[in-house]
Amino acid sequence: MTSEARIVAVNGMLGYGYELDSLQAGIAARPHLMGCDAGSTDPGPYYLGSGKSLVRADQIYRDLKPALTAAVRNRVPFVIGSAGFAGAKPNIELTLEIVRQICREEDLHFKLGVIRSDVNKQAVIAALAAGEIEPMPGAPGLTRELVEQSAHIVGQIGTEPYIAAFEQGAEVVIAGRSCDTAIYAALPIWRGHDPGLALHMAKIMECGAQCGIPLAPNDCLLGSMHKDHFLVRPLAAHRVCTPESVAAHTMYEQGNPFLLYEPEGIVDIREADFTQVDRQTVRVSGSRFEPSPALKIKLEGARRIGARAFTIAGARDRHVIENLDVIERAVNDAVRRNLNAQALRDGYQLHFRYYGKNGVLGELEPSVVAPAEVGILIEAIAPTQSLASYVLSLARSSYLHCPFDGRKATAGNLAFPFSPSDFEGGDVYDFSVYHLMKVKDQNALFPVELETI
Amino acid sequence: MPQLGDLASVIRSKNAGPFQVTIDIMFANAGDYARALRAPSFTAAEIARRYRIAEDEVALIPFARVHAIKITIPRRWGSRGSGSAADRDVYGAQQHGPLVDLEIA
Repeated sequence: MTSEARIVAVNGMLGYGYELDSLQAGIAARPHLMGCDAGSTDPGPYYLGSGKSLVRADQIYRDLKPALTAAVRNRVPFVIGSAGFAGAKPNIELTLEIVRQICREEDLHFKLGVIRSDVNKQAVIAALAAGEIEPMPGAPGLTRELVEQSAHIVGQIGTEPYIAAFEQGAEVVIAGRSCDTAIYAALPIWRGHDPGLALHMAKIMECGAQCGIPLAPNDCLLGSMHKDHFLVRPLAAHRVCTPESVAAHTMYEQGNPFLLYEPEGIVDIREADFTQVDRQTVRVSGSRFEPSPALKIKLEGARRIGARAFTIAGARDRHVIENLDVIERAVNDAVRRNLNAQALRDGYQLHFRYYGKNGVLGELEPSVVAPAEVGILIEAIAPTQSLASYVLSLARSSYLHCPFDGRKATAGNLAFPFSPSDFEGGDVYDFSVYHLMKVKDQNALFPVELETI
Repeated sequence: MPQLGDLASVIRSKNAGPFQVTIDIMFANAGDYARALRAPSFTAAEIARRYRIAEDEVALIPFARVHAIKITIPRRWGSRGSGSAADRDVYGAQQHGPLVDLEIA
């Protein structure tokens, strides 16, 4: 019979913080694994495209130092999934640099396994030609050009490469872009636990104590795998899990609340049962795993589409607010008239958002209440920062002085909060790739590199 | 007649990946959940109208165990997914707005 496997999720996002008391409670539970998720696509394509992290290096350092030190000193394996936020090569390098610094400072020694998730563009192009690529729901199609234009393409690592790292004796695993579930499910699956339960528990654990009350992505959660069920419990004494909070969290950020799609198969939680076992702990059973006939790996790619410049200003004059559409049209015309032929050929985009009117919902905004004031965000995107800033400068001055019928405040249409008024937003990316690729051997795609620290 | 935003204990939206937004509407009890679900206004067609998408693009999934209803729709903003040009809500966290004033009979 398989013995219990206890796992501590340090938090839901490396860098968001956690309670040190919760970490101590986690260590006291003598876990078989500690880990954290360090990435997400939620903040958009910039982090994958640029190779930078949303969470700053000093936040990663602050979170990692006590957790990694405690894990290594207590000989508890430690995993970081989706390292450096997007999991591409520069993201992993950032994480490795921080880990090496902590190891030097704390005199930590262990066998490190690094799993890279960068996927070769030629392999993606070949798979595309062979018809082995399909879009994720809602994603547009993929072309050879989009693949070639991508700054980075990563695949989401499943459980198998993590298991390969454990088999080769890795005590700390730093992995590139990972399925959130792989981070916590690999160890119990490797130890012979039911994959349906292990993946379901991992899905709940990947957000830290987000499934607790009060919810907290920035705190620790303990998961315990047993033969036919698992238990989850927040590690802070003042938090609890309830059957409702855990069941509700299962549906978080999922397109379908009943089926969790993982590379190795589908977890069906329609028959899952959630029960309270003590003040803080919930027991879950009945999640079923259906292996998929073909292994498919989710690819994420980001390409640069230009550079951004923006300004923000307010309008408080009723006549300006009533004429925003008229002014916007006039500004678009004025910018076009003022740009030279080369700039027009290079191309640019101008976007206007009106906060207080419909900045968040655009044409979907049901409210027709006339606002007393409106926040106006003007955004220019062009192939170079210089052209974007130039387009924005033209748009900003045109907007400030734009005449319109019934204008009374003839000194200026906008209230600028800042001098300088214009900001350089840097490179802009989009998700060029968000597709599934058929893969024969996950371990060949995501090899493990071992190193002794 | 209450609005959905009053009846629900949680009404939230979030990305389900960069190209879909998923809306969770949770209720404090089975009665409120059932009342919302059987309201004549609570249909995929009405949701599609409010988000200006096709009815077959709306996935409406009741989850009785937790008195919740999940609605998954295509992302409406950005030239190609979240965080691309002309996006309005990178995390998709404020896209439940058009459903809050749905009248529940």
